Amino acid sequence: MLALPKKELITFLIFAVVVLTMPIWLTPFGASYPGLLQKFAIYGLLAVGFNILFGLTGYLSFGHAAFLGVGSYAAVWSFKLLSMNAIPAIVFAVILSGLFALVIGYLSLKRSGIYFSILTLAFAQMSYNLAYSVLTPITNGETGLQLTLQDPRVLDLAFSERGAGLPLVELFGVDMAGYGGFYLSAILLIIGFFVAQKITLSPFGLMLKGIKSNQNRMKYTGFNIRPYTLAAFVISGMYAGLAGGLLAVTDPLAGAERMQWTASGELVLMTILGGVGTMFGPVLGAWIMKYLENIFSAFNENVLHNLFSFLPEGVQEVAVRFVALFVGEGWHLTLGLMFVLVVVFLPGGLMEGYRRFVNRFFNGKKPKPRVPDKQTQPAE
Amino acid sequence: MSTSDHNIVLHVADVHMRFGGLHALADIDLEVEEGKTHAIIGPNGAGKSTLLNVCVGRLAPTSGAVVFDGQIITGMKPHEINQAGVARVFQTPEIFPDLSVLDNVMAPAFARRDGAFKLNFLGNMHREAEIREEAEHFINDVGMTAELDTHAGALSRGDKRRLELAMCLIQHPRLLLLDEPTAGMSRHDTNTTIELLRKIKERGMTKVIIEHDMHVVFSLADKISVLAQGRIIAEGTPDEVRANPKVKEAYLGSTQE
Repeated sequence: MLALPKKELITFLIFAVVVLTMPIWLTPFGASYPGLLQKFAIYGLLAVGFNILFGLTGYLSFGHAAFLGVGSYAAVWSFKLLSMNAIPAIVFAVILSGLFALVIGYLSLKRSGIYFSILTLAFAQMSYNLAYSVLTPITNGETGLQLTLQDPRVLDLAFSERGAGLPLVELFGVDMAGYGGFYLSAILLIIGFFVAQKITLSPFGLMLKGIKSNQNRMKYTGFNIRPYTLAAFVISGMYAGLAGGLLAVTDPLAGAERMQWTASGELVLMTILGGVGTMFGPVLGAWIMKYLENIFSAFNENVLHNLFSFLPEGVQEVAVRFVALFVGEGWHLTLGLMFVLVVVFLPGGLMEGYRRFVNRFFNGKKPKPRVPDKQTQPAE
Repeated sequence: MSTSDHNIVLHVADVHMRFGGLHALADIDLEVEEGKTHAIIGPNGAGKSTLLNVCVGRLAPTSGAVVFDGQIITGMKPHEINQAGVARVFQTPEIFPDLSVLDNVMAPAFARRDGAFKLNFLGNMHREAEIREEAEHFINDVGMTAELDTHAGALSRGDKRRLELAMCLIQHPRLLLLDEPTAGMSRHDTNTTIELLRKIKERGMTKVIIEHDMHVVFSLADKISVLAQGRIIAEGTPDEVRANPKVKEAYLGSTQE
C-alpha cells in the first residue's frame, strides 16, 4: 500500500533530502532563517495540494485561499480554546477546511471550465467578506484573530498554571516559532508530496487525468465524473487547510486578508510558474515566488541609493526612481513580468525549461516539439 | 440468458425527436436481436446519429422510450447506461489524447471492474497486472501493440478509431454501438476492422452499426434498417434491402443535384 515504483521512489527520496537540508543549501542565498524556511515548506505544501486539483483534473480553482484562511482560523481557535499544542490545531485545520471544501466544491462543481473558476472565486470572496465583517465574533474582523491572556485553553490549564505572558505554540516541548516550526512543516510537506505521488500513480489518479483529457469519453465509459472531481477538490482543500494551520502554528494569528483573491491568485501563479501537472514544479514555483518576494520587497529607496551610489547624482536619481517601480511595494510588477515571460516562452513552466535544458545538453537530442496541450488551461 | 432467437436486447419504442420545427426522428420503432449485427444506413441528415445519441443518453427523446435488456434507459445518465452494458464508438474518435494508448484502454477496464466511482487513491497502477494484461490483449486485437506507450493524441485518425474500439471492447458490453467505425481508414485497415468485428460477433456481442461504406455494411450486417428524413423506410436482410425500390429512391433522391 505504501510502496512506490523505483523511479518515483528515487524522486521522493531526492525531494525529502532537498527539503530537509534546506537550512544548509539556502545559506549562500541568504534565505536560511526560520521565518522564510517555514514559508517555503508551507507554501510548497499548498502548491502540491493545489496541483492535485488543477494539475490532474484541469479544474482551475480561484478560491483556494478560502481554505487556507479556514485552516488558520481553526488552528488559532484550537490554541485559544484547547491547547497550545500544534497537533490538535493541525487536525482541526484539516477537518474544518475539508468540510468547507466539500460544501464549496459540491456547489462549484455543478459547472466546469471558466464558470467553475468564477464560482470558486465568488465563494472565496464571500468567505473573505464574511471573515472581515459579518463574522467578527469568530474572526475578530480586520484586527485578525490573536491569542489573549484570558483564553480558556482548557487542556493546558487543566495541567498547569496560567503563565505570565502570552504562551508559545509547542510540540513535545519544542517551540514552533523557529526551526521547530520549519521541521514540522517540512515533514508534513514530505508526507504531502508522498500522498500526491500515490494519488498520481493510482487508478484514481488515472481517472482524474482522464477527466482532464476528455470528459465525454469518461462519461460514455461509465464513470461518474462529479464524485471524482469533488474528491480531488476536497483533498486539495484539505492540503490548503493544513498549510493554513501551519501558518498559524508558526505564527499564531489569523487575518481575513489570507482569504482574499490575491492570495488565491498567487497560488495559481506559483503553480503555473513551476509547471502544472508535474510533481516538483508547483513546489519549485512556490519557493521561487516566496524567495523573490522576500528579496524584492525588502528593497527600499535607501538600499537603492546605496546600490546606485557609483552613478552621478542626476542619473542616480533617475535609476532609483525607475528601479523602485519594480521593488518594494511594486515587486508584483516584477512578478507579473516574470509570469508573462514564463507563460509565453515556457508554457509548461520552469519544469519544461529544465526538460528542454536536459534534452539539449545531456541527451544530444533536439527537444521534442511540444504538442500544444491543455496544461495551463482549465477543463472545458 | 435466453437461447431463443428472438431475445431482444435493444428496443427503440415509438421514439420521436423534435428540434424546434425539425422532426429529426419520427415514429422510430427498432428491435435489435441478441448476438446480431444491425446496420442503420441512410443519406446524410437522415437522423442516424441522433438515433444513436438517444440510445446512449446524450439526447432525451421528445417522446417514446429506449428499452435495453428489459430496462428503460431513456432518462438515465450516460455513465449509467454504459454501466448497464452499452458501449459506444463515436463518429469523431473520443479518446484520451493526453494519455498513453495503454492507459486509454486500462481506464475503461477499471470502469467495468470498480463501477462508476471508487476512491482507491492508495492503489497502484503498477500492481494492476490483471487489467494491464487484459488491456495489452485488446490492444493486440486491434493491431496496435507497437503503439503501447504512444500518446494517444499523436495517433493517426484511423489508429484513434481502432483505439476507441479497443476501449469499448475491453468493457465486454452486451451492446456495442458503432458510429461509422471505418470512416477515414484505408481499405486495408477497413478490412482488418471488418475481420475484428466478425470475431466479436462470434463471441456473441450485439452490435448496432451506422455506416456509409456499403462494403462494410453488406459484409457485416444481419439486418439493415434504412433511415430517411427521420423515418425508417425499409427494413430486412441485406438482400431484401438491396432489392427495395424505396431505398434506391431515397439514396438517389438525396444525391441528385
